[in-house]
Amino acid sequence: MSALLEIDGVSKAYGGVQALSACSLDVAEGTITGLIGPNGSGKTTLFNVVTGYEHVNVGAVRYRGRAITNHAPDQVFKLGIGRTFQLTRIFARLTLMENMLVATQHHEGWARSMVRRGSSAGERRRALELLEFVGLAGHAGEAAGTLSYGQRKLLELAYVLIADPEVLLLDEPAGGINPSLIHYITERIRELNRQGRTFLVVEHNMEFVMGLCERVTVMHQGCVIVSGTPHEVRADPRVLDAYLGGADDEEEGAGAA
Amino acid sequence: MLPRAAGLGLLLLGLGALPLVLSNPTYTSIAIFTLIYMTAATSWNTFAGYSGYIPLGHVVFFGSGAYTLAVAAQDWHLVGGYGMFLLIPLAGLVAGLLALPFGLVALRTRRHTFVVITIAIMFIFQLLAFNLGVTNGSSGIQIPTPLWPAATFNDPFYYITLGILILAVATSWFVRRSRFGLQLLAIRDDEDRARGLGVRTGRVKLTAFVISAIPVGMVGAMYAYFIGQIFPQFAFDPLFDVSVALMVFFGGLGTVAGPLLGAVVLEPLQQYLTLQFSIGDLYLIIYGVVFLAVILLMPRGVVPSTRDWLRARRTGRPDAPEVEGDTDRAAEVAAHTGSPT
Repeated sequence: MSALLEIDGVSKAYGGVQALSACSLDVAEGTITGLIGPNGSGKTTLFNVVTGYEHVNVGAVRYRGRAITNHAPDQVFKLGIGRTFQLTRIFARLTLMENMLVATQHHEGWARSMVRRGSSAGERRRALELLEFVGLAGHAGEAAGTLSYGQRKLLELAYVLIADPEVLLLDEPAGGINPSLIHYITERIRELNRQGRTFLVVEHNMEFVMGLCERVTVMHQGCVIVSGTPHEVRADPRVLDAYLGGADDEEEGAGAA
Repeated sequence: MLPRAAGLGLLLLGLGALPLVLSNPTYTSIAIFTLIYMTAATSWNTFAGYSGYIPLGHVVFFGSGAYTLAVAAQDWHLVGGYGMFLLIPLAGLVAGLLALPFGLVALRTRRHTFVVITIAIMFIFQLLAFNLGVTNGSSGIQIPTPLWPAATFNDPFYYITLGILILAVATSWFVRRSRFGLQLLAIRDDEDRARGLGVRTGRVKLTAFVISAIPVGMVGAMYAYFIGQIFPQFAFDPLFDVSVALMVFFGGLGTVAGPLLGAVVLEPLQQYLTLQFSIGDLYLIIYGVVFLAVILLMPRGVVPSTRDWLRARRTGRPDAPEVEGDTDRAAEVAAHTGSPT
Protein backbone atom coordinates (compact mmCIF):
# COMPACT_ATOMS: atom_id res chain seq x y z
CA MET A 1 0.00 0.00 0.00
CA SER A 2 1.32 3.41 -0.92
CA ALA A 3 1.04 6.42 1.32
CA LEU A 4 -1.88 8.57 0.26
CA LEU A 5 -0.98 11.38 2.60
CA GLU A 6 2.59 12.01 3.65
CA ILE A 7 3.68 14.45 6.29
CA ASP A 8 7.38 14.93 6.05
CA GLY A 9 9.48 16.67 8.71
CA VAL A 10 6.95 19.40 9.50
CA SER A 11 7.87 21.93 12.19
CA LYS A 12 5.70 24.66 13.62
CA ALA A 13 6.44 27.04 16.48
CA TYR A 14 4.22 29.55 18.23
CA GLY A 15 6.67 32.01 19.67
CA GLY A 16 8.87 29.91 21.90
CA VAL A 17 6.57 26.91 21.97
CA GLN A 18 7.48 24.21 19.51
CA ALA A 19 4.10 22.72 18.62
CA LEU A 20 5.51 20.44 15.94
CA SER A 21 9.15 19.54 15.54
CA ALA A 22 10.19 17.56 12.49
CA CYS A 23 6.99 15.57 12.59
CA SER A 24 6.58 12.84 9.96
CA LEU A 25 3.61 10.59 9.34
CA ASP A 26 2.30 8.51 6.47
CA VAL A 27 -1.32 7.57 5.98
CA ALA A 28 -1.82 4.59 3.69
CA GLU A 29 -4.74 4.53 1.28
CA GLY A 30 -7.81 2.76 2.54
CA THR A 31 -6.74 2.60 6.16
CA ILE A 32 -8.03 4.05 9.39
CA THR A 33 -5.06 5.55 11.18
CA GLY A 34 -5.33 6.71 14.75
CA LEU A 35 -3.40 9.65 16.10
CA ILE A 36 -3.08 9.83 19.85
CA GLY A 37 -0.97 11.68 22.35
CA PRO A 38 -1.27 13.79 25.49
CA ASN A 39 -2.84 17.25 25.41
CA GLY A 40 -0.55 19.73 23.72
CA SER A 41 1.34 17.11 21.77
CA GLY A 42 0.50 18.79 18.47
CA LYS A 43 -2.23 16.60 17.02
CA THR A 44 -4.64 19.36 16.13
CA THR A 45 -1.79 21.57 14.95
CA LEU A 46 -0.82 18.78 12.57
CA PHE A 47 -4.40 18.67 11.26
CA ASN A 48 -4.34 22.44 10.81
CA VAL A 49 -1.10 22.24 8.85
CA VAL A 50 -2.41 19.51 6.55
CA THR A 51 -5.72 21.28 5.87
CA GLY A 52 -4.17 24.68 5.28
CA TYR A 53 -5.29 26.47 8.42
CA GLU A 54 -1.70 26.90 9.60
CA HIS A 55 1.36 27.70 7.56
CA VAL A 56 4.73 26.07 8.07
CA ASN A 57 8.20 27.06 6.93
CA VAL A 58 9.84 23.71 7.49
CA GLY A 59 8.70 20.39 6.12
CA ALA A 60 6.29 19.24 3.46
CA VAL A 61 2.85 17.76 3.16
CA ARG A 62 2.16 15.57 0.13
CA TYR A 63 -1.09 14.16 -1.11
CA ARG A 64 -0.83 11.45 -3.75
CA GLY A 65 2.79 12.46 -4.18
CA ARG A 66 1.90 16.06 -4.86
CA ALA A 67 3.08 18.82 -2.51
CA ILE A 68 0.18 20.59 -0.85
CA THR A 69 2.21 22.37 1.82
CA ASN A 70 0.65 25.72 2.77
CA HIS A 71 -2.22 25.41 0.32
CA ALA A 72 -5.32 27.36 1.35
CA PRO A 73 -8.08 25.40 3.12
CA ASP A 74 -10.45 25.60 0.16
CA GLN A 75 -7.79 24.24 -2.19
CA VAL A 76 -6.93 21.36 0.12
CA PHE A 77 -10.59 20.50 0.40
CA LYS A 78 -11.03 20.52 -3.35
CA LEU A 79 -8.22 17.99 -3.70
CA GLY A 80 -10.23 15.57 -1.61
CA ILE A 81 -9.14 16.06 1.98
CA GLY A 82 -12.04 16.77 4.31
CA ARG A 83 -11.88 17.39 8.04
CA THR A 84 -14.00 17.85 11.12
CA PHE A 85 -13.13 20.02 14.10
CA GLN A 86 -12.57 19.08 17.70
CA LEU A 87 -15.17 21.55 18.88
CA THR A 88 -17.69 20.93 16.16
CA ARG A 89 -18.20 23.74 13.77
CA ILE A 90 -21.53 23.83 12.03
CA PHE A 91 -23.50 26.70 10.53
CA ALA A 92 -25.85 27.21 13.43
CA ARG A 93 -28.35 29.55 11.80
CA LEU A 94 -28.67 27.53 8.62
CA THR A 95 -30.88 24.47 8.39
CA LEU A 96 -29.32 21.03 8.29
CA MET A 97 -30.13 20.84 4.61
CA GLU A 98 -28.38 24.14 3.96
CA ASN A 99 -25.40 23.00 6.01
CA MET A 100 -25.19 19.98 3.77
CA LEU A 101 -25.30 22.09 0.62
CA VAL A 102 -22.43 24.44 1.52
CA ALA A 103 -19.81 21.99 0.31
CA THR A 104 -21.62 20.95 -2.87
CA GLN A 105 -20.16 23.83 -4.83
CA HIS A 106 -16.67 22.38 -4.78
CA HIS A 107 -16.71 21.44 -8.43
CA GLU A 108 -18.23 24.50 -10.00
CA GLY A 109 -16.92 27.91 -10.97
CA TRP A 110 -17.41 30.95 -8.83
CA ALA A 111 -19.39 32.83 -11.46
CA ARG A 112 -21.67 29.85 -11.95
CA SER A 113 -22.66 29.86 -8.29
CA MET A 114 -24.12 33.32 -8.70
CA VAL A 115 -26.59 32.47 -11.40
CA ARG A 116 -27.95 29.25 -10.05
CA ARG A 117 -30.35 28.37 -7.31
CA GLY A 118 -29.09 27.26 -3.95
CA SER A 119 -29.27 23.61 -4.86
CA SER A 120 -30.39 21.17 -7.49
CA ALA A 121 -32.77 18.30 -6.89
CA GLY A 122 -29.90 15.85 -7.25
CA GLU A 123 -27.84 17.62 -4.63
CA ARG A 124 -30.74 17.72 -2.20
CA ARG A 125 -31.36 14.03 -2.74
CA ARG A 126 -27.70 13.24 -2.09
CA ALA A 127 -27.77 15.50 0.98
CA LEU A 128 -30.81 13.67 2.31
CA GLU A 129 -29.13 10.31 1.71
CA LEU A 130 -26.17 11.40 3.76
CA LEU A 131 -28.36 12.82 6.49
CA GLU A 132 -30.11 9.47 6.46
CA PHE A 133 -26.73 7.78 6.74
CA VAL A 134 -25.95 9.67 9.96
CA GLY A 135 -29.53 9.40 11.20
CA LEU A 136 -30.46 13.07 10.96
CA ALA A 137 -32.78 13.08 7.93
CA GLY A 138 -35.78 13.82 10.13
CA HIS A 139 -34.24 17.13 11.15
CA ALA A 140 -33.36 18.34 7.63
CA GLY A 141 -35.48 21.47 7.85
CA GLU A 142 -34.43 22.52 11.33
CA ALA A 143 -31.77 25.04 12.21
CA ALA A 144 -28.50 23.30 12.96
CA GLY A 145 -28.15 25.30 16.17
CA THR A 146 -30.92 23.18 17.71
CA LEU A 147 -28.87 19.98 17.50
CA SER A 148 -27.19 18.34 20.45
CA TYR A 149 -23.42 18.16 20.62
CA GLY A 150 -23.29 14.58 19.38
CA GLN A 151 -25.70 15.31 16.54
CA ARG A 152 -23.52 18.22 15.51
CA LYS A 153 -20.60 15.84 15.18
CA LEU A 154 -22.68 13.67 12.88
CA LEU A 155 -23.81 16.65 10.85
CA GLU A 156 -20.24 17.83 10.47
CA LEU A 157 -19.25 14.40 9.21
CA ALA A 158 -22.18 14.34 6.79
CA TYR A 159 -21.62 17.77 5.28
CA VAL A 160 -17.98 17.00 4.65
CA LEU A 161 -18.96 13.73 3.00
CA ILE A 162 -21.17 15.41 0.44
CA ALA A 163 -18.08 16.60 -1.42
CA ASP A 164 -16.92 12.99 -1.60
CA PRO A 165 -13.46 13.42 -0.06
CA GLU A 166 -11.00 10.54 -0.28
CA VAL A 167 -9.38 11.31 3.04
CA LEU A 168 -11.15 12.38 6.19
CA LEU A 169 -9.34 13.92 9.12
CA LEU A 170 -11.53 13.57 12.18
CA ASP A 171 -10.60 15.55 15.27
CA GLU A 172 -11.98 13.77 18.33
CA PRO A 173 -15.11 12.29 16.76
CA ALA A 174 -15.94 10.53 20.03
CA GLY A 175 -15.15 13.39 22.38
CA GLY A 176 -17.87 14.43 24.79
CA ILE A 177 -20.63 12.19 23.51
CA ASN A 178 -22.44 9.24 25.03
CA PRO A 179 -21.32 5.61 24.55
CA SER A 180 -24.17 4.51 22.31
CA LEU A 181 -23.47 7.42 19.97
CA ILE A 182 -19.77 6.53 20.01
CA HIS A 183 -20.70 3.06 18.87
CA TYR A 184 -22.88 4.54 16.15
CA ILE A 185 -20.08 6.81 14.93
CA THR A 186 -17.64 3.87 14.93
CA GLU A 187 -20.01 1.94 12.70
CA ARG A 188 -20.38 4.89 10.34
CA ILE A 189 -16.62 5.26 10.02
CA ARG A 190 -16.19 1.54 9.36
CA GLU A 191 -18.87 1.66 6.71
CA LEU A 192 -17.23 4.61 4.98
CA ASN A 193 -13.87 2.88 5.19
CA ARG A 194 -15.36 -0.17 3.49
CA GLN A 195 -16.41 2.18 0.68
CA GLY A 196 -12.74 3.01 0.25
CA ARG A 197 -12.29 6.17 2.24
CA THR A 198 -9.14 6.78 4.22
CA PHE A 199 -9.26 8.10 7.75
CA LEU A 200 -6.87 9.86 10.09
CA VAL A 201 -8.49 10.09 13.48
CA VAL A 202 -7.39 12.08 16.52
CA GLU A 203 -9.00 10.72 19.64
CA HIS A 204 -8.43 10.47 23.37
CA ASN A 205 -10.81 7.59 23.90
CA MET A 206 -8.38 4.63 23.83
CA GLU A 207 -11.06 2.00 23.53
CA PHE A 208 -12.41 3.78 20.47
CA VAL A 209 -9.00 4.16 18.85
CA MET A 210 -7.77 0.66 19.58
CA GLY A 211 -11.01 -0.88 18.39
CA LEU A 212 -11.28 1.11 15.19
CA CYS A 213 -7.80 1.82 13.85
CA GLU A 214 -5.51 -0.49 11.96
CA ARG A 215 -2.51 1.66 12.73
CA VAL A 216 -1.93 4.03 15.59
CA THR A 217 0.58 6.83 15.74
CA VAL A 218 1.54 8.40 19.05
CA MET A 219 2.67 12.00 19.28
CA HIS A 220 4.47 13.64 22.12
CA GLN A 221 5.84 17.18 22.32
CA GLY A 222 5.37 17.76 18.63
CA CYS A 223 7.09 14.58 17.48
CA VAL A 224 5.88 11.18 16.44
CA ILE A 225 7.31 8.75 18.98
CA VAL A 226 5.71 5.46 18.03
CA SER A 227 3.81 4.15 15.07
CA GLY A 228 2.40 0.66 14.75
CA THR A 229 -0.56 -1.62 15.20
CA PRO A 230 -2.76 -0.95 18.24
CA HIS A 231 -1.19 -3.98 19.89
CA GLU A 232 2.37 -2.76 19.38
CA VAL A 233 1.56 0.74 20.52
CA ARG A 234 -0.16 -0.47 23.66
CA ALA A 235 2.90 -2.48 24.60
CA ASP A 236 5.44 0.24 23.93
CA PRO A 237 6.98 1.70 27.10
CA ARG A 238 7.56 5.11 25.49
CA VAL A 239 3.82 5.56 25.13
CA LEU A 240 3.27 4.98 28.82
CA ASP A 241 6.05 7.43 29.52
CA ALA A 242 4.48 10.06 27.36
CA TYR A 243 1.12 9.76 29.06
CA LEU A 244 2.27 9.24 32.59
CA GLY A 245 5.76 10.77 32.62
CA GLY A 246 4.49 14.13 33.73
CA ALA A 247 7.86 15.81 33.10
CA ASP A 248 6.34 18.28 30.68
CA ASP A 249 3.06 19.19 32.27
CA GLU A 250 3.82 22.85 31.87
CA GLU A 251 3.48 22.49 28.13
CA GLU A 252 -0.04 21.22 28.26
CA GLY A 253 -2.39 23.07 26.02
CA ALA A 254 0.39 25.35 24.82
CA GLY A 255 0.11 24.29 21.23
CA ALA A 256 -3.17 22.74 20.59
CA ALA A 257 -4.95 19.99 22.41
CA MET B 1 -46.59 31.44 -2.88
CA LEU B 2 -49.59 32.93 -4.67
CA PRO B 3 -50.73 35.27 -1.89
CA ARG B 4 -47.16 36.48 -1.59
CA ALA B 5 -46.97 37.27 -5.30
CA ALA B 6 -50.35 38.99 -5.13
CA GLY B 7 -49.17 41.03 -2.15
CA LEU B 8 -46.07 42.03 -4.03
CA GLY B 9 -48.14 43.05 -7.04
CA LEU B 10 -50.44 45.16 -4.86
CA LEU B 11 -47.47 46.79 -3.19
CA LEU B 12 -45.93 47.70 -6.54
CA LEU B 13 -49.26 49.00 -7.77
CA GLY B 14 -49.59 51.12 -4.64
CA LEU B 15 -46.07 52.48 -5.00
CA GLY B 16 -46.70 53.20 -8.66
CA ALA B 17 -49.92 55.08 -7.93
CA LEU B 18 -48.57 56.99 -4.94
CA PRO B 19 -47.55 60.22 -6.73
CA LEU B 20 -51.00 60.35 -8.37
CA VAL B 21 -52.73 60.15 -5.01
CA LEU B 22 -50.32 62.25 -2.96
CA SER B 23 -49.47 64.80 -5.60
CA ASN B 24 -48.34 67.46 -3.11
CA PRO B 25 -44.59 68.02 -3.84
CA THR B 26 -43.79 67.98 -0.12
CA TYR B 27 -45.05 64.42 0.10
CA THR B 28 -43.50 63.26 -3.14
CA SER B 29 -40.09 64.62 -2.03
CA ILE B 30 -40.40 62.66 1.20
CA ALA B 31 -41.38 59.64 -0.88
CA ILE B 32 -38.30 60.06 -3.10
CA PHE B 33 -35.96 60.30 -0.11
CA THR B 34 -37.66 57.24 1.35
CA LEU B 35 -37.18 55.29 -1.88
CA ILE B 36 -33.51 56.34 -1.89
CA TYR B 37 -33.04 55.01 1.62
CA MET B 38 -35.06 51.87 0.91
CA THR B 39 -32.67 51.14 -1.94
CA ALA B 40 -29.58 51.93 0.13
CA ALA B 41 -30.77 49.83 3.07
CA THR B 42 -31.68 46.91 0.81
CA SER B 43 -28.29 46.97 -0.92
CA TRP B 44 -26.40 47.39 2.33
CA ASN B 45 -28.26 44.38 3.67
CA THR B 46 -27.41 42.34 0.58
CA PHE B 47 -23.85 42.43 1.81
CA ALA B 48 -24.11 42.99 5.58
CA GLY B 49 -27.19 40.92 6.29
CA TYR B 50 -26.01 37.82 4.47
CA SER B 51 -22.27 37.94 5.19
CA GLY B 52 -22.48 39.22 8.77
CA TYR B 53 -19.91 41.93 8.07
CA ILE B 54 -21.08 45.39 9.14
CA PRO B 55 -19.68 48.10 6.88
CA LEU B 56 -20.10 51.75 7.88
CA GLY B 57 -18.60 53.21 4.74
CA HIS B 58 -21.26 52.70 2.10
CA VAL B 59 -21.65 56.46 1.89
CA VAL B 60 -18.46 56.30 -0.16
CA PHE B 61 -20.51 54.72 -2.94
CA PHE B 62 -23.39 57.11 -2.38
CA GLY B 63 -21.09 60.13 -2.57
CA SER B 64 -19.12 58.79 -5.50
CA GLY B 65 -22.33 58.19 -7.40
CA ALA B 66 -23.47 61.72 -6.58
CA TYR B 67 -20.18 63.24 -7.75
CA THR B 68 -20.11 61.07 -10.86
CA LEU B 69 -23.37 62.64 -11.99
CA ALA B 70 -22.39 66.15 -10.90
CA VAL B 71 -18.93 66.12 -12.47
CA ALA B 72 -20.15 64.47 -15.67
CA ALA B 73 -22.94 67.04 -16.04
CA GLN B 74 -20.49 69.86 -15.42
CA ASP B 75 -17.70 68.65 -17.69
CA TRP B 76 -19.90 67.54 -20.53
CA HIS B 77 -22.06 70.72 -20.25
CA LEU B 78 -25.26 68.75 -19.99
CA VAL B 79 -28.60 70.49 -19.62
CA GLY B 80 -31.26 69.37 -17.17
CA GLY B 81 -33.73 66.86 -18.52
CA TYR B 82 -34.38 63.18 -18.95
CA GLY B 83 -30.97 62.67 -20.56
CA MET B 84 -29.30 63.21 -17.20
CA PHE B 85 -30.83 59.99 -15.92
CA LEU B 86 -28.58 58.14 -18.35
CA LEU B 87 -25.71 59.04 -16.02
CA ILE B 88 -27.20 56.90 -13.27
CA PRO B 89 -25.89 53.56 -14.59
CA LEU B 90 -22.50 55.24 -14.95
CA ALA B 91 -22.70 56.27 -11.27
CA GLY B 92 -23.45 52.65 -10.39
CA LEU B 93 -20.47 51.51 -12.41
CA VAL B 94 -18.14 53.99 -10.70
CA ALA B 95 -19.41 52.88 -7.28
CA GLY B 96 -18.89 49.24 -8.23
CA LEU B 97 -15.34 49.89 -9.44
CA LEU B 98 -14.49 51.80 -6.24
CA ALA B 99 -15.87 48.93 -4.20
CA LEU B 100 -13.17 46.63 -5.57
CA PRO B 101 -10.11 48.25 -3.96
CA PHE B 102 -12.19 49.32 -0.94
CA GLY B 103 -13.34 45.73 -0.43
CA LEU B 104 -9.93 44.24 -1.12
CA VAL B 105 -8.44 46.30 1.69
CA ALA B 106 -11.30 46.25 4.20
CA LEU B 107 -12.24 42.58 3.78
CA ARG B 108 -8.82 41.47 4.94
CA THR B 109 -10.13 42.24 8.41
CA ARG B 110 -13.12 40.98 10.33
CA ARG B 111 -15.68 42.09 12.88
CA HIS B 112 -14.84 45.27 14.77
CA THR B 113 -11.68 45.89 12.81
CA PHE B 114 -13.67 45.71 9.62
CA VAL B 115 -16.15 48.29 10.92
CA VAL B 116 -13.34 50.66 11.90
CA ILE B 117 -11.53 50.24 8.57
CA THR B 118 -14.69 51.04 6.61
CA ILE B 119 -15.19 54.19 8.71
CA ALA B 120 -11.59 55.20 8.10
CA ILE B 121 -11.93 54.71 4.34
CA MET B 122 -15.12 56.73 4.42
CA PHE B 123 -13.27 59.68 5.99
CA ILE B 124 -10.49 59.37 3.42
CA PHE B 125 -13.07 59.81 0.69
CA GLN B 126 -14.67 62.75 2.48
CA LEU B 127 -11.25 64.41 2.73
CA LEU B 128 -10.62 63.74 -0.95
CA ALA B 129 -13.96 65.32 -1.83
CA PHE B 130 -13.02 68.42 0.15
CA ASN B 131 -9.58 68.69 -1.40
CA LEU B 132 -9.56 67.31 -4.92
CA GLY B 133 -9.92 69.76 -7.79
CA VAL B 134 -12.46 67.64 -9.63
CA THR B 135 -15.03 67.95 -6.84
CA ASN B 136 -14.62 71.71 -6.58
CA GLY B 137 -13.89 71.29 -2.85
CA SER B 138 -16.22 72.78 -0.27
CA SER B 139 -17.84 75.11 -2.84
CA GLY B 140 -19.61 72.06 -4.20
CA ILE B 141 -21.06 71.60 -7.66
CA GLN B 142 -24.35 72.93 -9.01
CA ILE B 143 -26.27 70.46 -11.12
CA PRO B 144 -28.46 71.64 -14.00
CA THR B 145 -32.14 71.63 -13.07
CA PRO B 146 -34.65 70.18 -15.52
CA LEU B 147 -37.29 72.57 -16.83
CA TRP B 148 -40.31 70.49 -15.91
CA PRO B 149 -43.69 71.80 -14.79
CA ALA B 150 -43.72 72.36 -11.04
CA ALA B 151 -46.80 70.25 -10.34
CA THR B 152 -45.29 67.02 -11.66
CA PHE B 153 -41.62 67.95 -11.25
CA ASN B 154 -40.93 65.18 -8.76
CA ASP B 155 -42.58 62.37 -10.71
CA PRO B 156 -39.68 61.35 -13.00
CA PHE B 157 -37.36 61.24 -9.98
CA TYR B 158 -39.88 59.17 -8.10
CA TYR B 159 -40.42 56.58 -10.82
CA ILE B 160 -36.79 56.15 -11.73
CA THR B 161 -35.80 55.76 -8.07
CA LEU B 162 -38.58 53.21 -7.76
CA GLY B 163 -37.00 51.39 -10.70
CA ILE B 164 -33.62 51.31 -8.96
CA LEU B 165 -35.30 50.07 -5.79
CA ILE B 166 -36.95 47.21 -7.67
CA LEU B 167 -33.57 46.33 -9.13
CA ALA B 168 -31.98 46.32 -5.67
CA VAL B 169 -34.74 44.22 -4.10
CA ALA B 170 -34.64 41.76 -6.98
CA THR B 171 -30.87 41.46 -6.57
CA SER B 172 -31.21 40.91 -2.84
CA TRP B 173 -33.90 38.28 -3.33
CA PHE B 174 -31.92 36.58 -6.06
CA VAL B 175 -28.70 36.51 -4.04
CA ARG B 176 -30.52 35.02 -1.11
CA ARG B 177 -31.78 32.13 -3.15
CA SER B 178 -28.60 31.47 -5.09
CA ARG B 179 -25.74 29.16 -4.26
CA PHE B 180 -23.70 32.31 -3.84
CA GLY B 181 -26.11 33.50 -1.14
CA LEU B 182 -25.79 30.20 0.69
CA GLN B 183 -22.03 30.66 0.69
CA LEU B 184 -22.46 34.15 2.15
CA LEU B 185 -24.68 32.80 4.91
CA ALA B 186 -22.12 30.11 5.63
CA ILE B 187 -19.47 32.83 5.92
CA ARG B 188 -21.73 34.68 8.35
CA ASP B 189 -22.01 31.63 10.60
CA ASP B 190 -18.40 30.41 10.45
CA GLU B 191 -16.06 31.83 7.84
CA ASP B 192 -13.10 29.54 8.49
CA ARG B 193 -15.25 26.45 8.41
CA ALA B 194 -16.80 27.58 5.12
CA ARG B 195 -13.32 27.97 3.73
CA GLY B 196 -12.52 24.43 4.78
CA LEU B 197 -15.52 23.28 2.76
CA GLY B 198 -14.21 24.75 -0.44
CA VAL B 199 -15.92 28.15 -0.32
CA ARG B 200 -13.61 30.77 -1.81
CA THR B 201 -14.48 33.21 0.90
CA GLY B 202 -12.39 36.13 -0.35
CA ARG B 203 -14.05 36.20 -3.75
CA VAL B 204 -17.51 35.60 -2.40
CA LYS B 205 -17.24 38.46 0.09
CA LEU B 206 -15.74 40.87 -2.42
CA THR B 207 -18.39 40.06 -5.02
CA ALA B 208 -21.15 40.68 -2.51
CA PHE B 209 -19.51 43.93 -1.47
CA VAL B 210 -19.39 45.17 -5.08
CA ILE B 211 -22.96 44.05 -5.73
CA SER B 212 -24.13 45.98 -2.71
CA ALA B 213 -22.23 49.13 -3.74
CA ILE B 214 -23.75 49.55 -7.20
CA PRO B 215 -27.36 50.50 -6.35
CA VAL B 216 -26.07 52.77 -3.57
CA GLY B 217 -24.02 54.66 -6.17
CA MET B 218 -27.07 54.90 -8.40
CA VAL B 219 -29.32 56.40 -5.72
CA GLY B 220 -26.44 58.71 -4.75
CA ALA B 221 -26.56 60.12 -8.27
CA MET B 222 -30.33 60.36 -8.03
CA TYR B 223 -30.02 62.24 -4.76
CA ALA B 224 -27.57 64.74 -6.26
CA TYR B 225 -29.75 65.34 -9.29
CA PHE B 226 -32.89 65.75 -7.21
CA ILE B 227 -31.27 68.15 -4.72
CA GLY B 228 -29.62 70.06 -7.56
CA GLN B 229 -26.30 70.68 -5.85
CA ILE B 230 -23.70 68.63 -4.08
CA PHE B 231 -21.23 69.34 -1.25
CA PRO B 232 -18.66 67.02 0.32
CA GLN B 233 -20.24 67.09 3.77
CA PHE B 234 -23.61 65.91 2.39
CA ALA B 235 -22.31 63.49 -0.23
CA PHE B 236 -19.99 61.82 2.27
CA ASP B 237 -22.05 62.20 5.43
CA PRO B 238 -21.05 59.66 8.13
CA LEU B 239 -24.65 59.70 9.37
CA PHE B 240 -25.77 58.08 6.12
CA ASP B 241 -24.38 54.74 7.18
CA VAL B 242 -25.69 55.14 10.71
CA SER B 243 -29.18 55.71 9.30
CA VAL B 244 -28.96 52.85 6.84
CA ALA B 245 -27.63 50.42 9.45
CA LEU B 246 -30.35 51.44 11.90
CA MET B 247 -33.05 50.95 9.27
CA VAL B 248 -31.76 47.45 8.56
CA PHE B 249 -31.43 46.51 12.23
CA PHE B 250 -34.89 47.91 12.90
CA GLY B 251 -36.52 45.89 10.13
CA GLY B 252 -34.39 42.78 10.45
CA LEU B 253 -30.84 42.12 9.36
CA GLY B 254 -30.59 39.48 6.67
CA THR B 255 -34.24 39.58 5.61
CA VAL B 256 -35.48 40.99 2.32
CA ALA B 257 -38.46 42.85 3.80
CA GLY B 258 -36.67 44.21 6.88
CA PRO B 259 -34.61 46.98 5.28
CA LEU B 260 -37.65 48.13 3.31
CA LEU B 261 -39.74 48.36 6.43
CA GLY B 262 -36.98 50.11 8.37
CA ALA B 263 -36.57 52.75 5.69
CA VAL B 264 -40.32 53.24 5.26
CA VAL B 265 -40.70 53.91 8.98
CA LEU B 266 -37.57 55.88 9.76
CA GLU B 267 -36.92 58.04 6.71
CA PRO B 268 -40.35 59.75 6.62
CA LEU B 269 -40.02 60.18 10.38
CA GLN B 270 -36.74 61.99 9.89
CA GLN B 271 -38.14 64.14 7.09
CA TYR B 272 -41.21 64.96 9.16
CA LEU B 273 -39.18 65.94 12.21
CA THR B 274 -36.87 68.09 10.12
CA LEU B 275 -39.75 69.86 8.38
CA GLN B 276 -41.91 70.19 11.47
CA PHE B 277 -39.35 71.54 13.89
CA SER B 278 -36.74 72.92 11.48
CA ILE B 279 -34.05 71.27 13.57
CA GLY B 280 -31.98 69.18 11.20
CA ASP B 281 -30.45 66.94 13.83
CA LEU B 282 -33.48 66.26 16.00
CA TYR B 283 -33.94 62.94 14.26
CA LEU B 284 -30.64 61.73 15.69
CA ILE B 285 -32.09 61.77 19.20
CA ILE B 286 -35.13 59.83 18.00
CA TYR B 287 -32.85 57.42 16.14
CA GLY B 288 -30.92 56.85 19.36
CA VAL B 289 -34.11 55.98 21.18
CA VAL B 290 -35.30 53.71 18.36
CA PHE B 291 -31.94 51.98 18.24
CA LEU B 292 -31.99 51.28 21.99
CA ALA B 293 -35.58 50.06 21.81
CA VAL B 294 -34.76 47.67 18.96
CA ILE B 295 -31.69 46.29 20.72
CA LEU B 296 -33.61 45.79 23.97
CA LEU B 297 -36.98 44.60 22.71
CA MET B 298 -36.40 42.82 19.43
CA PRO B 299 -32.70 42.49 18.74
CA ARG B 300 -33.32 40.54 15.55
CA GLY B 301 -35.54 43.29 14.15
CA VAL B 302 -39.25 43.73 13.59
CA VAL B 303 -39.70 41.33 10.68
CA PRO B 304 -38.18 38.16 12.20
CA SER B 305 -39.66 38.84 15.64
CA THR B 306 -43.14 39.42 14.26
CA ARG B 307 -42.90 36.37 12.04
CA ASP B 308 -41.97 34.16 14.96
CA TRP B 309 -44.71 35.65 17.07
CA LEU B 310 -47.30 35.06 14.36
CA ARG B 311 -46.13 31.52 13.81
CA ALA B 312 -46.20 30.81 17.51
CA ARG B 313 -49.75 32.12 17.71
CA ARG B 314 -50.85 30.09 14.74
CA THR B 315 -49.37 26.81 15.85
CA GLY B 316 -50.06 27.40 19.52
CA ARG B 317 -46.44 26.68 20.34
CA PRO B 318 -44.74 28.63 23.08
CA ASP B 319 -43.07 31.73 21.74
CA ALA B 320 -39.56 30.38 21.85
CA PRO B 321 -37.45 30.40 18.73
CA GLU B 322 -34.72 27.88 19.52
CA VAL B 323 -31.85 29.61 17.84
CA GLU B 324 -31.16 32.97 16.40
CA GLY B 325 -32.02 31.93 12.92
CA ASP B 326 -34.28 32.20 10.04
CA THR B 327 -37.12 29.81 10.56
CA ASP B 328 -38.77 30.91 7.35
CA ARG B 329 -36.09 29.25 5.31
CA ALA B 330 -36.23 26.28 7.60
CA ALA B 331 -39.84 25.79 6.66
CA GLU B 332 -39.01 26.28 3.03
CA VAL B 333 -36.35 23.61 3.04
CA ALA B 334 -38.63 21.31 4.97
CA ALA B 335 -41.18 21.78 2.24
CA HIS B 336 -38.57 20.84 -0.34
CA THR B 337 -37.49 17.76 1.45
CA GLY B 338 -40.87 16.73 2.70
CA SER B 339 -39.62 16.21 6.24
CA PRO B 340 -41.52 17.43 9.29
CA THR B 341 -40.23 20.48 11.11
